[in-house]
Amino acid sequence: MTSAVHPLLRAKRRRSALRTLSFLAPWIIGFSVFFVYPLLSTVYFSFMHYNGINPPTWTGAKNWHYVFTEYPFFWPALRNTLWLVLVMVTLRVLFGLGIGLLITKIKTGAGLFRTAFYLPYLAPPVAATMAFVFLLNPGTGPVNHILGGIGLPTPGWFTDPHWSKPALTMLALWGIGDLMVIFMAALLDVPKEQYEAAELDGAGPWQRFRFVTLPNISPIVMFAVVTGVIQTMQYYTQPLVAGKVASGIIGNSGQSFEPGYPDKSTLTLPQLVYSQGFQHFDYGSACVIALVLFALSMAFTALLMRRRSGFLTAED
Amino acid sequence: MTQATHAREGIRPGAAAGPSDQARRTARRKQTLNWIAVHALGIAAAAFFILPFVFVLLTALMSDNQALTRDLWPHPFQWSNFRTVWNAPGFLTWWRNTLVYAVSGTVLAVVSSLPVAYALAKFRFRGRNLIMVLVISTMMLPPQVVIIPMYLFWTKQMGMDGSLWPLIIPMAFGDAFTIFLLRQFLLTIPKEYTEAAKVDGCGELRTLITVVVPMIRPAIAAVALFQFFYCWNDYFGPQIYASSNPAAWTLSYGLESFKGAHHTNWNLTMAATVLVMAPVIVIFFFAQRAFIEGVTLTGVKG
Repeated sequence: MTSAVHPLLRAKRRRSALRTLSFLAPWIIGFSVFFVYPLLSTVYFSFMHYNGINPPTWTGAKNWHYVFTEYPFFWPALRNTLWLVLVMVTLRVLFGLGIGLLITKIKTGAGLFRTAFYLPYLAPPVAATMAFVFLLNPGTGPVNHILGGIGLPTPGWFTDPHWSKPALTMLALWGIGDLMVIFMAALLDVPKEQYEAAELDGAGPWQRFRFVTLPNISPIVMFAVVTGVIQTMQYYTQPLVAGKVASGIIGNSGQSFEPGYPDKSTLTLPQLVYSQGFQHFDYGSACVIALVLFALSMAFTALLMRRRSGFLTAED
Repeated sequence: MTQATHAREGIRPGAAAGPSDQARRTARRKQTLNWIAVHALGIAAAAFFILPFVFVLLTALMSDNQALTRDLWPHPFQWSNFRTVWNAPGFLTWWRNTLVYAVSGTVLAVVSSLPVAYALAKFRFRGRNLIMVLVISTMMLPPQVVIIPMYLFWTKQMGMDGSLWPLIIPMAFGDAFTIFLLRQFLLTIPKEYTEAAKVDGCGELRTLITVVVPMIRPAIAAVALFQFFYCWNDYFGPQIYASSNPAAWTLSYGLESFKGAHHTNWNLTMAATVLVMAPVIVIFFFAQRAFIEGVTLTGVKG
């Protein structure tokens, strides 16, 4: 039969559930209104013809078919993303690790060096991009001035389809501060005894790096690679602003700018969502591209969470 | 320090020549060479990171014509460029809009995320891990994924086209990155503190405000900084919601049109760039530690 404790216990449990719910309330509302609803809506619009003026009409898989087979910007954008993942992410991880290693070895003025290495990461992306378009300006920019001065070739950088992605890569390497700090912390966490033991065994600097440092920091390297891939798929402000400014279009003046200058070489998926949705008012195919972006981002996020299950574990 | 020690030990007289002494001297020479190599590399790297700032600043001080030449050094220094930019139409409005967006966005995001992060770190309930998975997933998603329905919602249903409200209001409903980071910090607080408060008769909300918040002040500073910088740097949000109304533009969005209004004037464009970068860098110098702790936590503890 029901003992005297039962209702009390139940009341207590109900109270604690209510408490949890009230603490989570902001997120529950935000997640439903600003994520679940618009995501479902995006799926819905991807099957509709809609330009924002006439009511949406059902078109089946037409938008999907259009994006994958006819839309001339989709595959170039994916190819650019692949290039950026292979080159930019790799170089960023290697460079970040190198700078992290360097900063742990610097004995004199370490604080000053650290600040100098970190500072560019803070530069607002639009400002940093405009600065680089100026620095790498083929005609009058200081970089080509210096390169020409010592007899090296002077590429067109942001105005040459072969050099625009390397120029973006330089910009990304300049803002390496976040990775430097993460690698620095990981390197300082490697147990000292392991280095001492390796030295006693006669390991040289390279062997110490290969057999002590690398195994210890490999989870962080993995973290940097996966978050780098995710960031690259979302790459938006820098390529858009670089293309716009380098093309000489008068920014925000209403003059229409087709992203990707020069010659689609800086196109990325998020720019296509903007272009299809807000320049061509083809909400249907913009939603298709948005869903491709969603699927790719989720795949790598899942990979990240499997690798770093520590994200999830709480105490007890 | 190390050099001074080397020198002092080097001239120590009594140590007669012996094989061990020789070995020690070679080791010391190797150490000095190592020091030189590391610091030379450090200076080269520092040049790569700092020179772009220097060139931007020097160009910001040139005259119109000189900025188009191959000169690297301004003559004369034209400090009035900064005044010209400051007084340019719109610039002050954009400055104010950016501040409103960044400050209100930061306050709302931190206040609304704190209880959520606390519940995820300290309460035991079914579905907690699922919520963490969802929080991390939304954190990793680009805003473009849901922008079409969001735009239609804010402009067609709420009539808020041409303003920053569609960017500020959602901040009052928890920000995934802020929740995630605060939770990581909260996990490091031993249970004993919160238990003790509860024994003293504090409810959970009072425990959070009077016991936990003072303990994680550095963490709150870090997430507030991140949020502030996020809003300050945001380009996509203002581009979508404010582009139709220049009176609602932010600095990050307006900067580019500045280049438009003066499209060959690299000197003024770079002066504006300096003025957009400066506040962020000044804030960083005041809050360096909180910031670096925050960055470390995003990647390492977890």
